[in-house]
Amino acid sequence: MSEPEHDKPTESGAASADDGVGRTLVVALVLCVACSLVVSTAAVGLHPIQEANRALDRQRNILLAAGLYTPERNVADLFGQVETRWVDLSRGRFVDPPDRDAREEQISIPRARDFAGIKTRPRYIEVYVVREDGTLHSIILPIWGLGLYSTLHGYIALAGDDNTVQGIRFYEQGETPGLGGEVDNPRWLDLWPGKRVYADGGEPRLRLVKGGVDPNAADAAHEVDALTGATLTSRGISRMLQYWFGDDGYGPFLAGLRKGEV
Amino acid sequence: MQPEAKKALFDPLVDNNPVALQILGICPTLAVTTKLSTAFTMAIALTVVLAFSNLSISLIRKHIPNNIRIIVYMIVIASLVIVVDQFIKAFAYSISKQLSVFVGLIITNCIVLGRAEAFASKQPPVLSFLDGIGHGLGFSLVLMVVGTVRELLGSGTLFGQTVLPLTRDGGWYQANGMMLLAPTAFFLIGLLVWAVRTWKPAQVEKPEYRIRQVHRTEVL
Repeated sequence: MSEPEHDKPTESGAASADDGVGRTLVVALVLCVACSLVVSTAAVGLHPIQEANRALDRQRNILLAAGLYTPERNVADLFGQVETRWVDLSRGRFVDPPDRDAREEQISIPRARDFAGIKTRPRYIEVYVVREDGTLHSIILPIWGLGLYSTLHGYIALAGDDNTVQGIRFYEQGETPGLGGEVDNPRWLDLWPGKRVYADGGEPRLRLVKGGVDPNAADAAHEVDALTGATLTSRGISRMLQYWFGDDGYGPFLAGLRKGEV
Repeated sequence: MQPEAKKALFDPLVDNNPVALQILGICPTLAVTTKLSTAFTMAIALTVVLAFSNLSISLIRKHIPNNIRIIVYMIVIASLVIVVDQFIKAFAYSISKQLSVFVGLIITNCIVLGRAEAFASKQPPVLSFLDGIGHGLGFSLVLMVVGTVRELLGSGTLFGQTVLPLTRDGGWYQANGMMLLAPTAFFLIGLLVWAVRTWKPAQVEKPEYRIRQVHRTEVL
């Protein structure tokens, strides 16, 4: 087996005289080191600001979902009334804040029950609680799942009965602008408050329906208008809700909460 | 200003526009022009990257070994793009969320690599810098024109401010959802190219083939 010949003369010839292998390597090395210095300086230097932005954006969305956000007041101040709690989904109860390693722990979801298309979920999940005069005012739960071609990340806030929706917000999504991207449209988001997640029998019913909700339908309290021109994003959201409020998601935890057991 | 510098700076606006004449950088023109705010951020990002990649490549142009020059350009461009992306994430977080991958994709933008190879690798730094600004502005101009039409007709707004009240908000304008889809940007760029070439016939390309007129009797 013969090696193909590597040391052919360069095509342009002109500069090849001083383009020795050694010089090429030196230039490449110096350039790479210089560029990596610039990139890492920018990345490390700006990281704290970016992290603060990200955290602030999540907090703002949590407040928006719970209907507590007012643009006049500072997000950090407003967030002071929100209590962060951890939930063990498998046991369906509040737990003490897990240590760093445990927070990373992921549990794989059986394919047949993975309605949200997320493959794994964390063992422990951070939820947010707002209390007023000692009683539960709202609980804000993170939800995420596959839409058309992005994973939508959001928060849904439930009122003190752990069933009535106070609001929903998506803080990260990459759906088609103007179609699936309308999950950020305030007019659509305004349709959610007052909807109910669970039917009397305890099964999660909340979903999006095409063609508008018939106010006289038996299930109207569990239905929200689907997004126009975004069938797959809408289906993704319905399935996401089905997963997260089902037995593998917050179902057992919310049931316990309603009974006052947690 | 010297005529050379003037040419480098202003020629790319209309006479040698990177999108309308050179037909480069079409991908971001489709992707980020549904809203003016994203188009504007993208325009600034590309102009900054282009100006500084031209400047830095021109500064080291005599030291770049010929056989690895394209890789060298890519490294310089990629580093600049990451830095710009980090700045956008730090100081314009909500817009960076909307731009998603498209700032990163400036790395593969043909305008940037094209100017590095065609201009900055042969010309002095200041002139290359001006050429970068010029091409950045030429790209920005197209982005803003396409963005204005798409946002105005697609959402009835400009920079998020309502201009045409939508019927769904109780106004009179029925939003044209097609404007928000990518193919519309193709149509608009096509119309723009047509308009520019009607105004400046010198930009019209010579047809590669011409159908020969054959007289009936010749065939027989």
